[in-house]
Amino acid sequence: MKETLWTLAALISHWRRRPGNLATLVLGLAIATALWSGVQALNAQARDSYDAATNAISGGGARTLVAARGGLFDQQLFVRLRRAGVDVSPLLEGVVRIGEKNIRIIGVEPLSLPRRSPIADRRARTDVIEDFFSGPGRGFAAPQTLRRLDLAEGAQPRTERGQQLPPLAALAEAPPGAVIVDIGVAQRLLDRPGKLSRLVILDEEIFDEARLKPIAGDALRLVAPDDDSDLARLTDSFHLNLTAFGFLAFLVGLFIVHAAYGLAFEQRLATLRTLRALGVGPPHLVAAMGFEIAVLTLLAGGAGVLGGHAIAQALLPDVAKSLESLYGAQISDRLALDARWWLSGLAMAGAGAALAAASGLTKALRLPALSLARPMAWRGAHHRYLRRQAALAALALIAAAGAYGFGEGLASGFAIIGLALLAAALFLPVGLAGVLALGERFARRPLARWFFADGRQEISGLSLALMALLVALATNIGVGGMVEGFRQTFDRWLDARLVAEVYFEAATPADARDIEAWARTQPDIAAILPIWRAKTRIGGWPVDVLGMTPHETYTAHFPLLDATPDMWTALHAQDAVLVSEQLARRLGLTVGETLDIPTSGRDWPARIVGVFPDYGNPKGQLRIDHEKLTRYFDDASGVHYSLRVDPGATTRVIENMEQRFGGKITRIVDQAEVKKLSTDIFERTFAVTTALNTLTLIVSGVALFASLLTLSDMRRARIAPVWALGATRQKLAALEMARVVAFAAGAAAFAIPLGLFMTWCLVAIVNVAAFGWRLPFHMFPAQWLVVSCIALGAAVFAAMIPVARLARAAPTGLLRVFSNER
Amino acid sequence: MSIDTTLENLAAGRTSAPMLRVEGLQKSYPTPQGRIPVLRGVDFTLAAGASLALTGESGSGKSTLLHLVGALDDADSGEVVLDGVALTRLSENARAAIRREKIGVVFQQFNLIPSLTVGENLGFQARLAGRYEPAWQEELTARLGLATLAARYPEELSGGQQQRVAIGRALAVRPRLLLADEPTGNLDEATGDAVMALALDLVAATGCAFLMATHSERLAARLQRRVRLEAGLLATQ
Repeated sequence: MKETLWTLAALISHWRRRPGNLATLVLGLAIATALWSGVQALNAQARDSYDAATNAISGGGARTLVAARGGLFDQQLFVRLRRAGVDVSPLLEGVVRIGEKNIRIIGVEPLSLPRRSPIADRRARTDVIEDFFSGPGRGFAAPQTLRRLDLAEGAQPRTERGQQLPPLAALAEAPPGAVIVDIGVAQRLLDRPGKLSRLVILDEEIFDEARLKPIAGDALRLVAPDDDSDLARLTDSFHLNLTAFGFLAFLVGLFIVHAAYGLAFEQRLATLRTLRALGVGPPHLVAAMGFEIAVLTLLAGGAGVLGGHAIAQALLPDVAKSLESLYGAQISDRLALDARWWLSGLAMAGAGAALAAASGLTKALRLPALSLARPMAWRGAHHRYLRRQAALAALALIAAAGAYGFGEGLASGFAIIGLALLAAALFLPVGLAGVLALGERFARRPLARWFFADGRQEISGLSLALMALLVALATNIGVGGMVEGFRQTFDRWLDARLVAEVYFEAATPADARDIEAWARTQPDIAAILPIWRAKTRIGGWPVDVLGMTPHETYTAHFPLLDATPDMWTALHAQDAVLVSEQLARRLGLTVGETLDIPTSGRDWPARIVGVFPDYGNPKGQLRIDHEKLTRYFDDASGVHYSLRVDPGATTRVIENMEQRFGGKITRIVDQAEVKKLSTDIFERTFAVTTALNTLTLIVSGVALFASLLTLSDMRRARIAPVWALGATRQKLAALEMARVVAFAAGAAAFAIPLGLFMTWCLVAIVNVAAFGWRLPFHMFPAQWLVVSCIALGAAVFAAMIPVARLARAAPTGLLRVFSNER
Repeated sequence: MSIDTTLENLAAGRTSAPMLRVEGLQKSYPTPQGRIPVLRGVDFTLAAGASLALTGESGSGKSTLLHLVGALDDADSGEVVLDGVALTRLSENARAAIRREKIGVVFQQFNLIPSLTVGENLGFQARLAGRYEPAWQEELTARLGLATLAARYPEELSGGQQQRVAIGRALAVRPRLLLADEPTGNLDEATGDAVMALALDLVAATGCAFLMATHSERLAARLQRRVRLEAGLLATQ
C-alpha cells in the first residue's frame, strides 16, 4: 500500500509542476461530461414529463384502453363496460390555450381512479372531493404550471374559447403543463361532450380481456404500460438526434482528455521508468495510475455533471418550446434530476477517462525498467504509428461501407457518420505527414527543410487535437449544410403550402357555420376553404386526416412529391387520398396503391393519387376530399378554415371578423403570422443543434490550445538547436505560427468533403429514418469559407500564447535545453 | 584469462560470505543479423563492504552487466545471487521488491524525478521501501552538500549537484549493494573526484557492496578491486 501511495505522490507531483496540463485534462473531461450529461438531462427531463402525465393518473404500471383508430371514443362505451362489471376509470385529455400558453386538460373521475394514483390520495380529504364535484369544481396543477401561467392558487383563468376553469389548487404530483379536472368539466372545456380518450384498468388481476369484445367490439384496443406513449414514439427521433450530438460532443471532449493524458504520459515516461528502476512493481504503478484516474474522474466528472446541469438549464426553454410546438409535449421547465442521472454522468466521465488513459495504463503495465534515458522513444515509432493510423482508418471506412450496405434506419445512419468521421480523423495525421514529406522533398533552403521535417515530428503530438478540430469542423459544415438546406426547402414549401391569406378556428361547429354563411356574402373574401380534420391510426401511428375542397389554392400551389396525372379530379370524384411523405415512407406506400383508412365506421379503401411533403409534422397526414371527410369521420373538427382574401383587405377582414364574432372565433391569424410561427418553430428546433455545434467547435479550439500549450515546453528542445545555429527567435516563432495555421488549414481542407458527406448522410439517411422526409442536397460554399476562417482563427488564437512565449524566450531558457536535456 | 583465474583472484578479496555472487551470466541481444552475445559467461563475487570497479570499452557490456546484477533485466542464462536470493529466479514483482529494498543504483543520466524537489528525490526510494530514516536523510543531505538545495527541482541544479542527489537517493535506503553506471561520466575531473570521494566515504559508512562501471582507469583505481570486461568475459587487472 505504501509503495502505491508513494508512487502516487511521485505521479501527482507532475501535476504540481505542470498545472496547465492538469487543467487541460480536468477541463477536457469536465467539458465532455458536461455536454453529454447536459443532453441526457434534457432527454431525461422530457421523458420523465411524458411518464408523469400517465403516472399521475394511473399510478404507473396500468394498462389502458384507447380508441382502436386513435382519437376519442364515446362515453357510452365506458358506461356499458362498467355496467358489465369491467373495472375501468375514464379519462379525457386535450389541449386548451390560456393566454399564450398551451395547457393540457386531463379530465378524471376521482372516485374510480386507481388507488395507486397520487391523485386518489386526495379522496381521503372529503372537502377536496366535495369541491371537485360541487360548485365551480376544482382543478389541480403542479406548482410550476401555476408559476408558468403566472397564477395563484384559487385563480380561475379562462381559455381562449372563453371557457372558465374551476379554481386551481397546487398538486406537486400533477404532470407539468397540465390541469386535472373532473371529467365533466374537461368535456366542457374541450368541447367534447360525451367523449373519452382512455380507460385505465383498475385491477389487472380481475380484468378479463375476453369480456371486452362482446361489449366494445373492435372500437377499443389495449395498450400495455411499457408501450411507449404516442408522445414518446413521436419524440423518439428528436431525443435520438440530441443524444447523437451529445455523444459527438463527448467524443470531441475525449480527444482533449486523450491528448492531455497522452502528453502527460509521455512527459512522465522517464519518471515511470525511474520508478520501475527504483523498485516499483507494475501492479503498484498501475494501481497508482488507476487511483489518479479515479480522483480525476471524481473531480472533473463532478464539475462536468454540474456543468451539464447548467447547460441543460440553459437549453431547456428552447427544447421545451420545440417539443411543445412540434409535438404538443409539455415539459417541466425546472430540472428535476434523480441520483441515477448524477451517477450516470460520473460513470460516463469514468468511462471516458479510462478510455483515454487505457493505452497509458497498458504501456505502464508492460513498461520495462530499462530503456532508461529515452523519454521520447515513442517518436521513433512515428512511421509505425502512421501505418497503424492508416490501417485503422481503412478499417473504419470498410465498416462504414458495411453499415451503408447492410444496415438500415437511424442507427445505421449515425453509424455511417460516426465511422466516416473516425476514418477521416484517423487518416488526417497520415495525410498531413504525406503533405509535409512532399514539402520536405521539394524544399531547398535549410530552414524550410527543417520546417517540414520538424512539422512531421510535431504531428504525433498534435494529432489528437487536430482530429478533434477536424471532427468539429466537419460536423459544423455537415449539420450547417443540412440546416441551411432544410431552411431553404422549408421556406419554399411554406410559401406553397400557406397560400390562403387568413386562417381561423371557430369555437364550435355551429359558430363555424355562422361565420361561413357570413363570409360567403363578403366581397373581400374570394373563397372560404374548410380544413376540417379528424384523427385515425394506421400501422400503429397517429394520423391526421384533413379535408380539401376543389379550389385553385390547392391545384395551383399545393406542393407534391409524386402524383398521378389525374390527381385532383380523382381526389374529389373517386375514393382517393393524398399521403404525406413520412407516412408513405413509414408504411412503404406508393402512388397507385390502395390504402385502407380506418374511419368512424368500417375501413375505407382509397387509392393513393399523390404524395406530399409535410415537413416538421411528426404525425402522419392524409388529405382527402372535404365531402368524404364529413361522410366517413363523425368527429371531424368542423372548426378549421382558411380564407382567400384580397391581400390589401386582410387586416380589414380580420378586424371585421373579430368585431363581429368575438368569442365565436378561437383564433384568427393572417398568413404572415402563420409563417412566422412556423419559421420560429423551425429555428427553435435547430437552436439546440446549433448550440451543441458551437460548443463542439469551442471544445475543439480548447483542445488545440491545450495541446499547443502542453507541447510548447517539449518544442523548446527542438527549437533551441536551430536557434543556436543562427535562426532568430522571432523567425522561429513565425514558423511555429505558420506551422499551426498550416495544420488547421489542412484540417479544414479535410473537413469540407467530410462535412459534405455528413450533410448527404443527414438528408438522405438520418432525416428519412428519423422524421420520414428526404431533403434535397444543397451546397453552401460561403459556409465552408466561414468555417475554414473559424478554424484558422482558432489555430491562431490557440498558438498565440505558446508562440509569444517562444518569441520572448530568454536565451538562458533556451540554453537550459543543452545543459539539462534528458 | 580464464574465468577460474578471475574467480581465484577475486576470492582473495573475500572477507566474509559474498553479498553478491554472479555465475555463468550470459546475455545476448537480437539484431537483424542474428543474436549478438554481450556477456558470455561472467562469474564473480563481491563481499559486503567490498568495492569493485568494472572497466571496459564502450559497448563491452558494462551497463548490461550492471542491469542484470541490479535486477533490471533478464539474463539468457547464469545466476545472480544477492544476499542469498537468486534474482534470476524471481518474479517481476519480487525483483521490484529487491530493487526497492536492497539495491541502490546511480545512473549515468541521474534519472531523478523531475517533478519532485531535491529533498523529496533524496528520500523517495527509502520511503518506497518503508526504510526512511530522518536522521540518516539529514546526514546524507549535509554530507552531500545539498542542505541549501533541498527545495529546488532537479532542472535547477548543475550536473554535479544532480549526481550528488542521485548518490544520496541510492544510499538513503541503506542498500546491500550499490551500483553506479559511469557516475562521473557527465562531470569534470575535479567535480567527479569530489563526488567519488564522497560516495566511497558513504559506502564505507553503510557497509554495502559497491560495483561501479567506469571508463576511467583513474577512478577505477580508487576502488578495492577492478576487473575488465573484454569480449563478454571478465579479466582481472
